Amino acid sequence: MSEVARIPAAAALWLLACVTVTLAPHALHLPGWVGAMCALLLVWRAWLHWQPGAPPHRLVIVLVAVAAGVGIKYHFGHFFGKDPGLALLAVLLCLKLLEVRHARDIRAAVLLGLFLQLGVFFDDQGLPVAAAALTGTLLAVGTLLALEDPRAAAREQLRLGALLLAQGLPFMLALFVLFPRVHGPLWGLPADAWSGLSGLSDSMAPGSISALSLSEAIAFRALFDGPPPAPAQRYWRGPVLTDFDGRTWRAQPSPLATEPAYVPGGRRYDYQLTLEAHNRNWLLALDFPAGALPGARYASDFRLLAEQPLRARGRFALHAYPDAPVGIGEDADVLAAALRFPPRFNPRTQALARQLSTGAPPPETVLTRALAHLRASALTYTLRPPPLGTHSVDEFLFDTGRGFCEHFASAFVFLMRAAGVPARVVTGYQGGEINPVDASLVVRQSDAHAWAEVWFAGRGWVRVDPTALAAPQRIEAGLAAALPRDEPLPFMMRPALGWLRELRHQWEAATNVWNQWVLGYNPERQRELLARLGMPQPDWKLLGLVLGGTLGALMLVLLGWAMHQRRRADPLDRAWDAFCRKLARRGSVRAPWEGPADYAQRLAAAHPRHAAELRDIAMTYARLRYGPPDTRAAVHLLAQRIRRLKLE
Amino acid sequence: MRAPSPAALRARLGRWLFRVGPPEAAPIVLVQRRVFVLPTRAGLAFAAALLVMMLAAINYNLSLGYALVFLLAGVAVASIVHAFRNLLHLSLRPGRAEPVFAGDEAHFPLLVSNARMARRPALRGRARGATVAFELPAGDVVELMLACPTDRRGRLPLGQVVIETTFPLGLIRAWSVVRPDAECLVYPAPERDAPALPQAASHDAGQRRGDAGNDDFAGLRAHQFADSPRHVAWKVVARGGPLLTKQFSGLGGGQVSLDWDALPGHLDTEQRLRRLAAWVLAAEARGLRFALNLPDAQGVADTGAAHAHACLRRLALFGLPASRHE
Repeated sequence: MSEVARIPAAAALWLLACVTVTLAPHALHLPGWVGAMCALLLVWRAWLHWQPGAPPHRLVIVLVAVAAGVGIKYHFGHFFGKDPGLALLAVLLCLKLLEVRHARDIRAAVLLGLFLQLGVFFDDQGLPVAAAALTGTLLAVGTLLALEDPRAAAREQLRLGALLLAQGLPFMLALFVLFPRVHGPLWGLPADAWSGLSGLSDSMAPGSISALSLSEAIAFRALFDGPPPAPAQRYWRGPVLTDFDGRTWRAQPSPLATEPAYVPGGRRYDYQLTLEAHNRNWLLALDFPAGALPGARYASDFRLLAEQPLRARGRFALHAYPDAPVGIGEDADVLAAALRFPPRFNPRTQALARQLSTGAPPPETVLTRALAHLRASALTYTLRPPPLGTHSVDEFLFDTGRGFCEHFASAFVFLMRAAGVPARVVTGYQGGEINPVDASLVVRQSDAHAWAEVWFAGRGWVRVDPTALAAPQRIEAGLAAALPRDEPLPFMMRPALGWLRELRHQWEAATNVWNQWVLGYNPERQRELLARLGMPQPDWKLLGLVLGGTLGALMLVLLGWAMHQRRRADPLDRAWDAFCRKLARRGSVRAPWEGPADYAQRLAAAHPRHAAELRDIAMTYARLRYGPPDTRAAVHLLAQRIRRLKLE
Repeated sequence: MRAPSPAALRARLGRWLFRVGPPEAAPIVLVQRRVFVLPTRAGLAFAAALLVMMLAAINYNLSLGYALVFLLAGVAVASIVHAFRNLLHLSLRPGRAEPVFAGDEAHFPLLVSNARMARRPALRGRARGATVAFELPAGDVVELMLACPTDRRGRLPLGQVVIETTFPLGLIRAWSVVRPDAECLVYPAPERDAPALPQAASHDAGQRRGDAGNDDFAGLRAHQFADSPRHVAWKVVARGGPLLTKQFSGLGGGQVSLDWDALPGHLDTEQRLRRLAAWVLAAEARGLRFALNLPDAQGVADTGAAHAHACLRRLALFGLPASRHE
């Protein structure tokens, strides 16, 4: 007998399925070779199941584990962190399957699998992953069931597993809603805790935004009270970049205040911003942000910042005043910084700037001339700009003429500064698409954008989007409309896939509900919900009481189910029981060992007036019980006689 | 004063906690008061794992992490109820245990019946260190054989029986302690290589026939209940005649008296009982008519298996206090 055969085969199979389902979503996030290794080990385990042979020697397992450990260390450069930890755990779990010898090993593997199940949520908590997790949990429960009760059929185990999950579900709901939520983290997190998050960075070099543009991932959603602003007004403000070193634009620290650094005015839009985690503290609010938001700070460059980097999806109620004039009384230091440029770079652009500003015209005229020049240069908007050398602005403007929004913004701001007009680069998102299903405005990473602001005395900062010169559709209709026909578009943006986009709208609306109510269930949401349930200021005592009460009630319901003894299914037994009960009330309790004949004898003596009837009933019962099978009608008839039996 | 050992303390705690008293009358029904639940070692490990997962979920703000932990906790709680339900309303009834010789295993039958129209899997019965795994089909009765080693003669009570289950997930153990009213009579272990049977009494006529005629057929007499079936004249019965017992010359008049007082003086009580047990067996095997005389009572001479059992019973219970049953 092989070692593996000692534990129930059914449990081993359940475990294999459980581990496979648990690891499948990890395949997207693990390094490729780790995924392949796990798959190989799982196939090996399956092969051992159907072609029983000797399990691998322990030395082989140790060697593979060590090799995997070395590989992981080499791959990640370190050992301690979320990603290497998960990779190592995945390999170890697969190896554990190969050396399952006792029931205890299976239990340990199930627990490891549950840890990995949790690990999936670091990278993804979407609906499909939730469904996979539920399946994995069912399989884990099935494994434990098969271990306890190997003789049951797989169907029966599945049924019982589903019943257990169904009975656990109310507990889960109660705990999910009522368990006091706290804001994490409880302790320091490993350095790579948020490695999976993408978004804008606080610097911009050629290519940094176009890299984002191929991503269909959602950056944020906005739900407006009333009609949303026109596409040309949808500028979502990210980092404002002032410092330029000839190649890279960088942000400058700007003072923070609790109030916006401008006087709100003009048309006001109210909206709810649901921002995906991006591990930065800017909130990407619609220009120009206002509104009292606890914990948020307004930067003097009109960004809205959160106190902590956004590491979980966040929801913010905001106002926007797109038409408000901003920066009229701008600080001299800020303006000076907005005029600085490295003189060693881009001599041709500097020459152009001198040409534009001949005769010391007012800055507005310089702007008009610059825009006219750029328009005349027939620049091309493209996702695949050619690589640029040292004088990136010169090469873009005069040689290649092909660029993405960061090229346009960078070149324009450099030109304006060289011409003596304060200007700066603003990055963020532009545009967005209304999802017709839930009317929310969805902004994706592919909507990442860079534009420019120039400062005029008396008017303040004025937005100029140089990209619009080459590709006005980018602003009005988005990336897909603006790119030349032969450019490869992000898959979903292709016009032929309209029906698929429709489907995506549906899916994303569902995801939004999921995000808002399940994933976004945080301390604030909990307070909100509890207030609606009539607990406006729940302290932990009240919460504990309510939670305990709910769980207790659920437990009572379950116990009631357990105590509920289904009546005996056999109608003949039920009829005989009724007969015995009836006579027991008259003082003739049937002794446990008493057969129908003996009992009838005793009854006849005790109730002489009914002797014949009692004897006949008992004998009919005996005949039906022990004689050859009779019809259902005969049983029914007996039950009727017993019901109608009246004793005096 | 010596401190009680941990085992003794645990036993005392068990008696207090589980209200284990004198043997209970059958049938013993496991009502809800009698079913206890506690987590198993695997259950504790599971709880620890959930705690760690919970901390991770809080720390990393994983909403689905919370959901997973809560769901698993809910399943574990549901499994408590399932374990409890798996034992609830079981009804136990001890059967009659056949007497055994000391040193052999006593087998206590225990009838466990399941009135519920659903299967009850993964049950275990434990008594005196032995464990029997069993399961109960829907609405059925199962006979458990609880085997216990015996080491001394007398009455062996079944004692405390634990019916337990870790169904459905192995995280929770539900158990019930019962004390069925069952005992097994343990005969003294017959002495090995015991001396030959004492000679039949000299006044008896049996001697006359000599040793050679021991198995010679001597005639028939009316059957008595205690007669061995081996000596029944089946041919007569087959012809439709009455039940008759064949008599052989060897046992015709020969009567052996197995006397306590005739045993050598250096033997102690147990040694005497063991020798007498061996002699009873030998006499029964040879079909002799024998009487067992113990200090407390003189026996009547008789033959047959029933007589032998009665004698062994007297040997088993010699010097022991009478039980409630008698």
